[in-house]
Amino acid sequence: MNYTITHRTIYDYPAAVSASFHAARFEPQTFEGQKCIDFELRVWPAPAVQKVRTDYFGNHISFFSIQEMHRRLEVSARSRVSVKAATPPALALSEVWEKVRERFRDPVSPADVQPYEFCLDSPLIMATPVLADYAKASFPAGVPSLVGVRDLARRIFRDFKYDPRATTVATPIDEVLRKRAGVCQDFAHIAIASLRSLGIPARYVSGYLRTVPPPGKERLVGADASHAWFAAYCPQHGWLEFDPTNDLLVGEDHIRVAVGRDFSDVSPLSGILTGGGEHEVNVSVDVKPEF
Amino acid sequence: MTISESAEKTRAVASLAGSYVQHAGVFDELLGRGGVPREHWKTLLGELDALGGSELSHRSESANRIILEQGITYNVYGDPRGRERPWQLDPIPFVLDGAEWAKLGKALTQRAVLINRVLADCYGAQDLLRSGWLPPALLFAQPEFLRPAHGIRPPGGIHLHFYAADVARSPDGQWWVLNDRTQIPTGSGYALANRLVSSRVLPEAFRNCGVQRVAGYFRQVQTTLASLCSRRTDEPRIVMLTPGPYNETYFEQAYLARYLGYSLVEGQDLTVRDERVYLKTLSGLEPVDVILRRLDDDFCDPLELRSDSTLGIPGLVEAVRAGNVAVANALGTGLLESPAFMPFLPGLSRHVLGEELLMPSVATWWCGQKPAEAYVREHSGELELRPAFRRHRGFAGGAWDAKDLERQIRFAPHLWTAQERVALSTSPCWDGSRLSPHPTALRVYLVATPDGGYTVMPGGLARLGAESSAQFVTMQGGGASKDTWVLSDGPVEETTLIHPAGGVVELRRVGNNLPSRLADNYFWLGRYAERADATGRLLRSALLRFNPESAGSEAPLIAPLLETLGAQGQFPDGCGETAHELEAALLAAVYDPANPGSLRGLADKAEQLAMLVRDRTSNDVWRALSGFNECVSVSPDGAEPLPTDAIAGINRLLLQVASFYGLSRENMTRAQGWRFLDMGMRIERALYLATFLSHALRAEMADNPSVLEAVLEVADSTITYRSRYSLLPNLAAVYDLVLLDDTNPRSLLFQLLQLEKHFARLPREKQSALPTEAQRLLVGSVASVRLLDPRELSDRHTGWHTGQTGVVLRDILQNIPRLSDAIAASYFAHSSISRA
Repeated sequence: MNYTITHRTIYDYPAAVSASFHAARFEPQTFEGQKCIDFELRVWPAPAVQKVRTDYFGNHISFFSIQEMHRRLEVSARSRVSVKAATPPALALSEVWEKVRERFRDPVSPADVQPYEFCLDSPLIMATPVLADYAKASFPAGVPSLVGVRDLARRIFRDFKYDPRATTVATPIDEVLRKRAGVCQDFAHIAIASLRSLGIPARYVSGYLRTVPPPGKERLVGADASHAWFAAYCPQHGWLEFDPTNDLLVGEDHIRVAVGRDFSDVSPLSGILTGGGEHEVNVSVDVKPEF
Repeated sequence: MTISESAEKTRAVASLAGSYVQHAGVFDELLGRGGVPREHWKTLLGELDALGGSELSHRSESANRIILEQGITYNVYGDPRGRERPWQLDPIPFVLDGAEWAKLGKALTQRAVLINRVLADCYGAQDLLRSGWLPPALLFAQPEFLRPAHGIRPPGGIHLHFYAADVARSPDGQWWVLNDRTQIPTGSGYALANRLVSSRVLPEAFRNCGVQRVAGYFRQVQTTLASLCSRRTDEPRIVMLTPGPYNETYFEQAYLARYLGYSLVEGQDLTVRDERVYLKTLSGLEPVDVILRRLDDDFCDPLELRSDSTLGIPGLVEAVRAGNVAVANALGTGLLESPAFMPFLPGLSRHVLGEELLMPSVATWWCGQKPAEAYVREHSGELELRPAFRRHRGFAGGAWDAKDLERQIRFAPHLWTAQERVALSTSPCWDGSRLSPHPTALRVYLVATPDGGYTVMPGGLARLGAESSAQFVTMQGGGASKDTWVLSDGPVEETTLIHPAGGVVELRRVGNNLPSRLADNYFWLGRYAERADATGRLLRSALLRFNPESAGSEAPLIAPLLETLGAQGQFPDGCGETAHELEAALLAAVYDPANPGSLRGLADKAEQLAMLVRDRTSNDVWRALSGFNECVSVSPDGAEPLPTDAIAGINRLLLQVASFYGLSRENMTRAQGWRFLDMGMRIERALYLATFLSHALRAEMADNPSVLEAVLEVADSTITYRSRYSLLPNLAAVYDLVLLDDTNPRSLLFQLLQLEKHFARLPREKQSALPTEAQRLLVGSVASVRLLDPRELSDRHTGWHTGQTGVVLRDILQNIPRLSDAIAASYFAHSSISRA
């Protein structure tokens, strides 16, 4: 499936901004199963400096800075991506979860250094016994690890209510756990934190989800949003992605943009401004399939 | 020397070392086997004995006096008042002999080289993880591992420009490393200050002991930092980045910045444009080549590092990555400060350097390894448990719930380390009457050299624990310090930081361009000093006229004084109902520290501002300023002050302000700093004078000689008036003197003319073709004041304020605040940073 994705962000500032610095992660990754064919990032007013590089986790990151007075910033990212449908691996054949956990306990083999980084605490996620207890229900003794992960994703889908008003980007995990409500970012964090608390590597994935309109209705342009899910590591299959918000194994409808330890590593657009005041943000995302 | 003198001396030696009782079971620095003084202490001991006990106490007092005079302080967190605490220095230096020092220096140099190599690997290839020499959790679980800094190769491959090690000696005499300081090795400035004090209070001993000088180390600091500059320039711009005056070592930062000749800047003084760092100065942006960082690295760039940092410079990491600016220590060096690395250093040394580690670390177990975790669990009672990483959740310090701790370690063992408790060696300290042994640890400083080696400061900061404890006490906890004397084997090399003679220097008449923030601080320092002066004069006049016996009849005469204070927010309205209330209100306006408008509040504010320009002001100026609030503080015995005490206090305060003005006038070059200070002072004086005069004109008895006396008094023009007119104060003559006389430094016109002069010399005002808003306001004000004819006042017998004089005063009162705003807008417009 090929997609054209447009992600526009508009900031309106009550006071003029004299200089601003931004970091943006909008460019979808290319890997086995996904190819970013074309990408363009446009910014108004025109930045004085714009640079693209690859960050620590292999994501494309653009830095730009605007050095003229402005009251509105518009950032528009347009990408064309091709996603191949893959047959999901047989979850039941994955390694027993206790063995995966053992692998990431001291001493960790140098070969496992890369996934091991995602076993440890990160800025927004800390392993706790409470989260380990929550995860345990999905991991009875001897269960294949990915079966357990799939079950965990399903339980999060059932236990937590999707409610955009319940949380903000800054709501800590324990609060989400108490409220049993949140959005895709919170559910991904809960899943990652639970798995790490058990000792299984898990990472955060940000991207887009193709939304299928109700039967008989037109697809609404711009009604989509950026999305987030998680990936769990298993020695045979590497990273496998799960979407707890929709109770899905990630497939052809998901377009991956960036991976990291948690949201703080993949934040789509961050900025530091001189001036500005209490600004307003408007985001619109459009994921358009090409048939 | 006669035989009897010599005998006298021998007895004295015996007496000073003789009364010293060393602790059992620890190494004593002074006394060796059998209680005999060690060889390298003998010269010093002889000198101390020659001085004798009472002289030593006297010298110790001098040391304290120098510390107070130089303003050597250490900030203690959580201390609401008196944030600053004087530095504590024991007059007896910590003595080490040259040969032993050479060994110590060699070992620490090796350690610094090793740490730098490990940092380079962690922020580069990470081969040490892949080859198993470093457990990956040590890196990945560390909040100090700054991923955005990964892949940046600093100039010359040097990450660790500055390194300090806390070392101590165990009972067998062996040196151990207690802590590695790799983030911001603090204290070298205090070591320098200690040296300054100790060499002055014990000059004879300092000379005769052949003490190695520390200046060479600081010269190396300058050379190393200059070598990091990527531009081709003979004069790289190096700045010291400070978190600000509330930081615990702010004194040290200001002191070192002044000593090394660097600008002390805050994050908001710097800006990134086109991937280059610039300093915002009065005449525009100036490129910065090297940042000597006293700000924790994760705070340095809110865009890529901690987004909640308000102290950093957005875009700095990109500028560093582009190679346009060097940061020392490099971003991310805090990593190796974790004690969890210590158990791995011997192996790393063999693997990376092919050498045995020369100095051991204090025995440390990192619980992230199973055998270590098991050991720690078994021996938890004997070991000192420490979080493995600096920012650690769930670690409150202090009391531990053993069970909870056990659970925590079991759940996340890699977050914990345990260390052997160390019995520190003791060294002799002067406790007022004799020498007594105190546990001592030494912080040694190293700076990288451009060729990849390190230079060790011969000396360092010796820190003391309480006499009874064998455990270490930190500076935050309030321990004292010592200078460290490393004895020279040969003649002492004399070095100073003064540039090598004979070099060609470009002559300058202006200093490095003033950062906008400092101009702002100078301006407000001028305003607050003058506000204190004006308020003091108004309150004094009110207190002098205030008579509880006849409060009612005097009220009209002091009303303009009180109204002026009220208009400026220094006096509550309507609190003069009874004489008693009025007296209480007047005293509160002098002494109340809780009221920011009181004289005391103003003095505090002036002192805070002085602190912000501390690295640019001389010690004399600092002393004058820091004396303000003592004059208007209630005496420590808590006795209620009387009006006469208040008058005396105000008199002292006015003298302090005058001495501050005098010092700044006579001792500050007429550069931008002085100009802004004086502008602030002139603006404030004009504002107070205009406010007071317009209130005086409104008074029912504006022409009453008593009211006019008060006008002359507040404007400090009484004597001038008497020398000119041998008659009772006359309305027109008084207003002429305080408004229009441009030879009277207290007149309104004088202030405006001075401001005009300053404006003509400000960097950006000169260039524009049309006058700026500030210039328009000034030109207009000067013209309207000049055209006044105060004789119009004599023609009236009531409603004086409705005449031309009153109209002009009202205009001036509107224009002066606008003038101040215009100055702020053109010169101090530094960023308020927000986030998106």
